[in-house]
Amino acid sequence: MNIEEIQKEIISDFSVYEDWMDKYTYLIELGNELEPIDAAYKIDENLIRGCQSRVWLQQRLEGSLLFFDAESDALIVKGLVALLLKVFSGRSPQEILDTEPYFIDEIGLRQHLSPTRSNGLMAMVKQIKLYALAYKQIASQKK
Amino acid sequence: MGFNYQNIRKDFPILDQQVNLRPWTYLDNAATSQRPIQVIEKIREFSVLTNANIHRGTHTHAIRTTEAYENAREIVKDFLHAKEREEVIFTHGTTESINLVAWSFCEKFLSEGDEIIVTEMEHHANIVPWQMACERHHATLKVIPFSDNGELKSELLTALISDRTRIIAVTHVSNTLGTVNPVKEIIRVAHSHNVPVLIDGAQSVPHISIDVQDLDCDFFVFSGHKIYGPTGIGVLYGKRAWLEAMPPFLGGGEMIERVTFEKTTYNELPYKFEAGTPHYVGAIGLGTAIQYILNLGLDHIASYEHHLLTEASEKMKALGNLQIFGETPSKTGVISFQLDQIHPFDLGTLLDQLGIAVRTGRLCADPVMDHYHVTAMTRASFAFYNTSEEIDRFIEALKRIRSMF
Repeated sequence: MNIEEIQKEIISDFSVYEDWMDKYTYLIELGNELEPIDAAYKIDENLIRGCQSRVWLQQRLEGSLLFFDAESDALIVKGLVALLLKVFSGRSPQEILDTEPYFIDEIGLRQHLSPTRSNGLMAMVKQIKLYALAYKQIASQKK
Repeated sequence: MGFNYQNIRKDFPILDQQVNLRPWTYLDNAATSQRPIQVIEKIREFSVLTNANIHRGTHTHAIRTTEAYENAREIVKDFLHAKEREEVIFTHGTTESINLVAWSFCEKFLSEGDEIIVTEMEHHANIVPWQMACERHHATLKVIPFSDNGELKSELLTALISDRTRIIAVTHVSNTLGTVNPVKEIIRVAHSHNVPVLIDGAQSVPHISIDVQDLDCDFFVFSGHKIYGPTGIGVLYGKRAWLEAMPPFLGGGEMIERVTFEKTTYNELPYKFEAGTPHYVGAIGLGTAIQYILNLGLDHIASYEHHLLTEASEKMKALGNLQIFGETPSKTGVISFQLDQIHPFDLGTLLDQLGIAVRTGRLCADPVMDHYHVTAMTRASFAFYNTSEEIDRFIEALKRIRSMF
């Protein structure tokens, strides 16, 4: 599936939950299911600090695709991290740069990605895009 | 209890609203308190009818504004039981008050090799300004620790004080643990070594009657917005002798006596420390807020809030697997806690979905987080307008959220 299809799929997954509580229960479930990041990568250099919760983000390039692993100490944030990884991990730098994660808005969780929220998610998206930009530039220099 | 709650709730129209389709339950009073209608009306009335810069005019409005501002200073003076109005300085808040003392006092009295003492349970606002002063003057910051139950190990003070100690800064009430510190005893010990003491009263003034002369503290600071007044206004009380000896903090208008390019002489107290146009509307609002709580009676407030604290603590503990940080016998209505293994961010987010406002995070007290080896806490804090019904709602919410994990 391409990024667009993944975003649509997430929106459709969430559309069955009318009650906020079911929505958050599902997010918590996604958080619990997310593979924990390798302890070796849970280091300060990979830490995106929010006042409220912490997010660790690790990246690697395989061929021309950029992969991410991430984790948070808060489960709701971890659930949202899982969704962001579905969208952004395993994509080309250009695809990442071209994508706005509008699904967050559509599933009614926009408040978690607002710049005034200090949960680290907004900073995570920014960091993903910065990595994409950096790899894109490296690739273009090699050409 | 001592007063009529229905009437009190009516004074706080902001509380009568829904958040996320549920009645709003405001349990974040240690962060900021709500303003009664009397304060809002006073500010409105003043803003509609009167405005002119203070102390600078012969015209009617300038005189009215000045009188209202100075009247607010009198109210604060009486509230703190200060000896003279000149000892009451208006600032922007607790943080600015502490920074003022940390700069002006240390500029004059702190030298290389000297020491400042704070406690392990301070808000960052009562740590960082002193740290900055220590860096400027090559001095050392020393720390009085606290026990796991939240009690300050004040008996260690005698051992920490040396002939190089220049000032001690202690919070009256911990914003995280709720602990009421034995400040009178700390001041007595400090004074026996000729060391002055600054008391951070941000968390104590809404709950405890203050008498700065009885405490004999050298400085006492607090914020308007935590005592049912406006934001952007705060108070620094200082003993006249210290304030006279300290150099001004900020330079500008109002704080001067005479300016020439060769030399400027400074105005007398309290204006020496009030550079620029002050937040006079805020000061007037603060005066009204103080009158409001004095009318209710601080003793009534304290005993009712204690009742809320006891009720909430007991019901929370009955949930099981809930740790409360800070359990000294003498504490105000602040409960910082950890429920199961639920991250405070998750808990705060879900409580908000249920209309309940609490504080989560590091509570501007990293050293307290480090003491308990946690990265964050959840804090519920009560005011006299909270009710038993709200506590029950909070407890039910905790149960419901717990079932989601």
